[in-house]
Amino acid sequence: MEGDILVLADTGKFIGAGLAAIGAGAAAIGVGNVAGNFLAGALRNPSAAGAQTATLFIGIAFAEALGIFAFLVSLLLMFAV
Amino acid sequence: MENDATDDVTAGPVPDNAPAVDAVGVTAEADHGGGLSFHPLDQFIVRPLFGDAGAPVHWYTITNATLWMALAVLCVFALLVLATRGRNIVPSRGQSVAELAYGFIHKMVEDVAGKDALRFFPYIFTLFLFILFANFLALIPMSFSPTSHIAVTAVLALAVFVTVTVVGFVKNGTKFLDLFWVSSAPLALRPVLAVIEVISYFVRPLSHSVRLAGSIMAGHAVLKVFAGFAALTIAAPLSIIGVVAIYGLEVLVAAIQAYVFTILTCVYLKDALHPHH
Repeated sequence: MEGDILVLADTGKFIGAGLAAIGAGAAAIGVGNVAGNFLAGALRNPSAAGAQTATLFIGIAFAEALGIFAFLVSLLLMFAV
Repeated sequence: MENDATDDVTAGPVPDNAPAVDAVGVTAEADHGGGLSFHPLDQFIVRPLFGDAGAPVHWYTITNATLWMALAVLCVFALLVLATRGRNIVPSRGQSVAELAYGFIHKMVEDVAGKDALRFFPYIFTLFLFILFANFLALIPMSFSPTSHIAVTAVLALAVFVTVTVVGFVKNGTKFLDLFWVSSAPLALRPVLAVIEVISYFVRPLSHSVRLAGSIMAGHAVLKVFAGFAALTIAAPLSIIGVVAIYGLEVLVAAIQAYVFTILTCVYLKDALHPHH
């Protein structure tokens, strides 16, 4: 009986980890938005694009950070809980 | 249960066919049960370099992580000291690579964090080159990737966090707290923003370290997953194409993650030196 509950908790753990991984996909949308808009702007005004690559990477890093938290949650569920 | 022997290292009962995984994602090698001939996470196991492979690892034990971090330091030394030894006006190949890297990071620190941040340029350049070479050396087959371990990247990120906080308070005194008090926002909104700013400040070392470790670890695990397909004859061509494609991507990721880690250090440093919104 106790074993059943433990197996159930294990199952829930993995389902939760899978759900948390959706956050990584959401972050992918965010990063795609940043990069796509940068490219759209860069094609309109290529001479101004070079100076903005640092800003691009900062924007990508911040968008990515939230995906990392989702990844962290699923790692914690898989290995620490 | 077929894996009774490995049960004692896991937190709870595991399904019969699951590989035994302990708290840090290190997989017991003895029993896999799955279809792959090796587990994709086996490459991240920290092992003692000398003596028995299963011996316990203490903080002073020389492990494969120690070896590959030392090799990264040696490569940086070779690039910056040995390759630039000639100090030629027309640089040799090695010297021009060293000069390019130096100029690249120097310009980045100046552009992002301002001229007064150049005092911290040696630190930032060291961080960049160490992470870059650790990432690149990890791409050698059968090598070990120290930057895939949160223990390694967390130390780097915490060092940056502590440095930035100390510099902020030393340089600005209590004015550093202006960073959390957004004076450009309406007064009623400021306490709410202050809470958000404080949370985002203390979450920095977490995202800073997990970003690097996560991308390197995930990339290398994907490489091993594709390599594992080679055991199936039908899937072998897919395996070769997959490994080559992912490897190319990983070379890019290795450089980009080193760059992102460095540029975020510059951004944090800028906040410490100029905390006004």
